[in-house]
Amino acid sequence: MTGSADNIVVFEGVQKSYDGETLVVKDLNLDVDRGEFLTMLGPSGSGKTTVLMMLAGFEVPTHGQILLNGTPINNTPPHKRGIGMVFQNYALFPHMTVGENLAFPLEVRKMGKAEIEDRVNKALDMVRLGGFANRRPAQLSGGQQQRVAVARALVFEPELVLMDEPLGALDKNLREEMQYEIKHIHENLGVSMVYVTHDQSEALTMSNRVAVFEDGVIQQLAPPDVLYEQPDNAFVAGFIGENNKLYGKIVSEDDVNCKVELEGGGGTVAAMKVNASGVGTRTTLSMRPERVTINPEGNASENTCSAKVEELIYLGDHIRTRVSVSGNSDFIVKIPNSHGHVILQEGTEVTIGWQTDDCRALDAPNV
Amino acid sequence: MAIATDSSQPLTTADGTPLRQSLRRAERLNKLRAFGLVAPLFLFILVFFVFPIAKLASVSVDNSIVPEILTNTVEAIQDWDGTDLPPEPVWKAMAADLVEGKKNRNIAKVGKRLNFEKPGFRRLLIKSARKADKLEAPYKESLIKANKKWADPEFWRVLQRESGDYTFSYILRAVDMTYSEEGSVTMVDDKNAVYLDIFGRTLFISAQVTLTCLLLGFPIAYLLSTLPAKTGNMLMIFVLLPFWISLLVRTTAWIVLLQDQGVINSALIGIGVINEPLELIRNRVGVVVAMTHILLPFMILPLYSVMKGINPSLMRAAKSMGANPAIAFWRVYTPLTVPGIGAGGLLVFIISIGYYITPALVGGPKDIMASQLIDIQMNQQLNWNMASAIGVVLLAITLVLFAIYNRLVGIDRMKMG
Ligand SMILES: Nc1ncnc2c1ncn2[C@@H]1O[C@H](COP(=O)(O)OP(=O)(O)OP(=O)(O)O)[C@@H](O)[C@H]1O
Ligand SMILES: [Mg+2]
Repeated sequence: MTGSADNIVVFEGVQKSYDGETLVVKDLNLDVDRGEFLTMLGPSGSGKTTVLMMLAGFEVPTHGQILLNGTPINNTPPHKRGIGMVFQNYALFPHMTVGENLAFPLEVRKMGKAEIEDRVNKALDMVRLGGFANRRPAQLSGGQQQRVAVARALVFEPELVLMDEPLGALDKNLREEMQYEIKHIHENLGVSMVYVTHDQSEALTMSNRVAVFEDGVIQQLAPPDVLYEQPDNAFVAGFIGENNKLYGKIVSEDDVNCKVELEGGGGTVAAMKVNASGVGTRTTLSMRPERVTINPEGNASENTCSAKVEELIYLGDHIRTRVSVSGNSDFIVKIPNSHGHVILQEGTEVTIGWQTDDCRALDAPNV
Repeated sequence: MAIATDSSQPLTTADGTPLRQSLRRAERLNKLRAFGLVAPLFLFILVFFVFPIAKLASVSVDNSIVPEILTNTVEAIQDWDGTDLPPEPVWKAMAADLVEGKKNRNIAKVGKRLNFEKPGFRRLLIKSARKADKLEAPYKESLIKANKKWADPEFWRVLQRESGDYTFSYILRAVDMTYSEEGSVTMVDDKNAVYLDIFGRTLFISAQVTLTCLLLGFPIAYLLSTLPAKTGNMLMIFVLLPFWISLLVRTTAWIVLLQDQGVINSALIGIGVINEPLELIRNRVGVVVAMTHILLPFMILPLYSVMKGINPSLMRAAKSMGANPAIAFWRVYTPLTVPGIGAGGLLVFIISIGYYITPALVGGPKDIMASQLIDIQMNQQLNWNMASAIGVVLLAITLVLFAIYNRLVGIDRMKMG
């Protein structure tokens, strides 16, 4: 599990408890590649900030160790780690101007005046805030403050930058704009970034790899497309993107696939065996709404099932159709608004179909 | 839309009244309500604060007693050019005033007033008034015969100077100034100079107390603001506890602690650290210790409220940028506490300047503060004018300090809670 030279950060069996009773982080093993944009994604309270704070040095791991560039840093105080950090509420110094804020990390490194000015100006230009050096943080908009915070974390050229939900306070448009900006800065500078968010689209847009956290454990660590298309377990499938769930029991299996008898009386269907095995085991079948077709022609779908249309919502590019299948009345199908698409009425009986590869048999909660 | 964009016509509301007018009408009600809420306090301050201060200021320059009792002389002496001795009409007027004053038994009053300007004036007036009935023209010779001090032009010059309804003598004296024989303003000679010394000492003691309060209060406020709410509130009660105990009790408690046979000295002698009791009371140490104890909450509370509002991630941010904890504290945390230091410092300093009970009880003769001077003038010297004048000077010092503070820190940046 020890990382190679390409790993800027390695977590080795890290555990963290605040109160001595519960583990907030449980046995974390994680390598961050040099130059990588790694996002920690997870619901509130899953321990993301705690992991980041341990890396930055503001919290001490209860067990295990963290390596930075191959050296253990458990006993290195934060100011000697040389890690840039962007805080959720920006943490700009209100009594200093934007320029002074940016100069601060350079001044404590005892740089010359001329060099400081040069670097500050460059950093401000990078975040397109050229003329703002003499303003106070309070005189900036939320988005501008955010950019100053990013510039300040980068101005002393750290190898590693941590960001804890830096865009949480911004409105949707600005957030998307900033996502691209941060992504471009990352590409241009080649720094390694560890980014925390609970917004899945943000994670998918920006990252090279995403670590999905739940309850102090990494559920899956993978690039965004893999995470979406090949979720390892029911939590990841449900957390990333829209997902349909059907419960059932495995009645037969081979090396790759299995046959599952649906619990609501929907018959028996085939699925890819991903995170469930053994005849008689309960399983969650996971399907993306866009991979399900309504009234498939002939043998176009490997699996079919009857369903009843409950609700139709017109969304322009597609029609969101809620059907009830095998006792699940929250099954969503997306009908693309293409030429000659099927016209449905609420309350009609239809058939839905899907390919075996698009249906993943995952772990199921015990009943 | 069309109406709103047409700039040549004033904007109107839907029913056609000008927008400005209806806005004013809408706001008038708000203003009235605001005034209604403030009115009781406003009246209170007017009656019990502004009015007494105005009264204080007027008493400190009040001289009405002279023109009231020496009516004739005051009128006659206006024409005198101040050289040699006044002309005969002035002497005549004085004789008349003495007769009148003897009859009304108020010559001693004006005598006391003028004695403040020139020692001996009281005796001169009282003695002359006794012989007032025997005075006759020419009054000059007659008065000088009655008391030869009348030949000293100094008495007449003082009388001429102090003949108006107002006088600045008290206020001048309160800053150790007086009139010279020629009538110009000069400093009093060193052996009579007391007030500036005591004002200076008052400011110095106040500064010492403020500084000690800051040094002791800052760490406590910091601790309180960083503790979890439950423990923090508990400790806060201890900070506020002194407020619930009478000032007098707390001060006497310090006497019990600090006196020669007090708890501290007995303990130190008991464990053999010292042989003779330390002098802890009736001197500066006692005053500063006791005042610091009493004023500490006034420093802690504003500091606490400011510190509570400082975002803890600022310190983390500073450290993440490579600042060691000391630098982070000094360059990021401390500047943000300045509004609290300012508010607490100003509060403690200004309360200290006017402090009375504590220095009176635990201080020695070398620790007399300005308020005690006021007490002495009022209760021992029975000179209310002088007491008021000292009060006015104290008020002026306070206002100047306020102005300086406003210049340096800004009143608007002060934060009390
Ligand atoms: N200083 C602390 N003392 C005690 N418990 C803490 C502390 N900080 C966090 N926790 C607990 O640890 C758990 C994980 O918290 P953490 O802040 O890491 O979550 P998070 O994933 O960052 O959540 P969010 O998305 O809401 O920021 C939570 O249950 C929280 O209550
Ligand atoms: Mg968090």
